[in-house]
Amino acid sequence: MTRILAVAEQRDGALRKVSLEVVSAARRLADAMGGTVDVVVIGSGPVSGSDQLARFGADKVLTATHPDFALYQPDGYAATVAAAAQGAAVVLFAATATGRDLAPRVAARLGTGLATDVTALAVEGGKVIATRPVYAGKALARVRLDGTPAMATIRPNTIAATESPKAGTAENLPVPAFAARVKVTQVKAPATAALDVAEAPIVVSGGRGMKEPAHFALLEALAAALGNAAVGASRAVVDAGWRDHGAQVGQTGKTVSPNLYVAVGISGAIQHLAGMRTAKTIVAINRDKDAPIFKVADYGIVGDLFEIVPRLTAEVKKLRGEG
Amino acid sequence: MRIAVCLKRVPDTTARIVIAADGKSIDETGVKFVVNPYDEYAIEEALKLKEAAGAGETVAICLGGDAAQETLRTALAMGVDRAVLLQSAAGSDGLEVARALAAELKGGNFDLILFGKLAVDDYNHQVGPMVAELLELPCITSVAHLTVANGALEAEREIEGGIEVSTASLPAVLTCDKGLNSPRLPSLKGIMAAKKKPLEVKPVTLGAGSLTLLGLSLPPDRKPGQIVGEGADAVPALVKLLREEAKVI
Repeated sequence: MTRILAVAEQRDGALRKVSLEVVSAARRLADAMGGTVDVVVIGSGPVSGSDQLARFGADKVLTATHPDFALYQPDGYAATVAAAAQGAAVVLFAATATGRDLAPRVAARLGTGLATDVTALAVEGGKVIATRPVYAGKALARVRLDGTPAMATIRPNTIAATESPKAGTAENLPVPAFAARVKVTQVKAPATAALDVAEAPIVVSGGRGMKEPAHFALLEALAAALGNAAVGASRAVVDAGWRDHGAQVGQTGKTVSPNLYVAVGISGAIQHLAGMRTAKTIVAINRDKDAPIFKVADYGIVGDLFEIVPRLTAEVKKLRGEG
Repeated sequence: MRIAVCLKRVPDTTARIVIAADGKSIDETGVKFVVNPYDEYAIEEALKLKEAAGAGETVAICLGGDAAQETLRTALAMGVDRAVLLQSAAGSDGLEVARALAAELKGGNFDLILFGKLAVDDYNHQVGPMVAELLELPCITSVAHLTVANGALEAEREIEGGIEVSTASLPAVLTCDKGLNSPRLPSLKGIMAAKKKPLEVKPVTLGAGSLTLLGLSLPPDRKPGQIVGEGADAVPALVKLLREEAKVI
C-alpha cells in the first residue's frame, strides 16, 4: 500500500491551521495513487485540534511525544520524522519557518531530493509532479519527484484544506534517540504585536511614496479599520530603515498571497510585484498613473495618497459601523 | 576563527525573466548576475566575526560554472581571504549540491559554515541544513541576530508571529537572513587586492539526484484591472467594488 506521510505542526500545544492544508494535499495524492495518509504530530503533550486531522483525510494519526518537544527541537523532530518516513512513498511538510528548517534535514537523512514551497501537486504515471515558483514567482517550475520518499514543502494559503473524513486511528510513535545539537531556548514576542504579512488575510503596504516613516501611521490606521490586516513595506523603505525587514514584501522579503493587498505609494518594481502578484485582489493607490503597479492591480486610484488613504479608512469604518 | 561562506551566482532581483528555447532554463541575454543577496549577509558576518576574533581565515566557496569566478571575486573584494570554485553544471537537486559542498568542507576544520537563507533564483532554501546534516553539525536557519562567544552561539530567527531563540556550540552551520548586518561594499583597494587573492578551481560532478525539472513557464497574467477614479472622491466607488464585486471586505 502506498503510504503518504503528512507532517503536522503545533504551536503552544495547539495544531496550526496550515497542517490541515498539508493533510488535504496528502489526501489528494493518496486518492490519486491508491494509498493511505499517516499524519505525524510532534509535541510535549496532547495537541489540541489534532482531532480535526481525521476529518481532513488522515487514516492514521501518529503522535510523537517528548519532554523536549514543547518548542521546536530541530534534531529531535528530524530524527522522529525520518523514522516515521521509513517505507513512505511521499512526505509532505508545510513551508513554514519550522517546515522549511525541518524538511531539508529529513531529506538529507533519507538521501532524497526535496521540492520546496510547492503550490500545486499532481500525480502522473505514478510519480508526484510538483509546481513551484522560482525567481520569486517570476516563473513556475514543474518538477518530477523521483526519490523514495518523494518530499515536498507546501506553501501556506495555496492548497485549500478540504474535508474528506477518514478513520484517523490514533497511534503513538516512539521518539528515536537523538543528539540535541541545537536547543531552542525560547520564543519571544516580536517587537510589534502585529500580524505577520505572510499570514495576514489583508496586507496594506507602503512604499517610498509615503515620504517619511511617521506617515506609516496612516497605513496602521487603515489596517486597524480593515481588521485582520498587516502592514507591509517595499524594499526601498526597509532599506531606508523606515520599517522592519520582517515587513518587506518582494523577492528579498516575503511572498504573500492575501485576499486583499493594498499597495500605497508603491511604484511596483519587478521584485516587489514578484512577492504579491498571487494576492486575490490588488488595490493600488499612486500619484503616477503610469506606475507599473497599476498593471497588476484589480482596482486603482490615481492621486494623492495623503488624501485618499484617510478617506478610505473613514469609509471602511463607516462600512463596519464604527464611523 | 576559520569561517567558510557558501555562495551562489544568481540573476539580479530586478532582472526580467525570459524562458530560454529549451523551456528549462532562463535566457541569460542581458541579465546581470550578482552574489545572491542573502549570501552577502553571510559574507559580512564572516568578515565581522574574523575581525572580532583578531585572527583566522575566511574562505568563499561557490558551486557553479566559470562565470561564478566573478561572484567569488566580489567576495574577495569585500575582504574574504581566499576562494574555491567547485566547477560544475547547474543541478536541480539541492541535495546533490549539498553533497558536493559537504565533500569540500569536510576536513576544512571550520568553526562556522555560513550560507544565505535561500538563493533568490531557485528558492530552494535547503542546501545549508542539508550540508549540516551530512557533516553532522548543529544548524540554525534564517538567522537575523547572532552572538558568538567562547565557542558557543546564540541566534534569533523570525518565525510566524515570534522570534525563535536557539543556542549551539561551534563548529556550526548557519543560514543568514536580512537584518543580520549591513553588508559592506567592496572598496577600490579591496577590488585591487582581490585580483591577487587565491582562487582555486576544482571541477566536480554532481550526482543525478532525484528531482527532474520538466519545464519552466511564466505565471499566468492577472486579468486587466480598472482605474476606479482620481483622488479621494473615488474612494466610495472603490469600497463598493471591494465589498460587492471582489467580496474582500
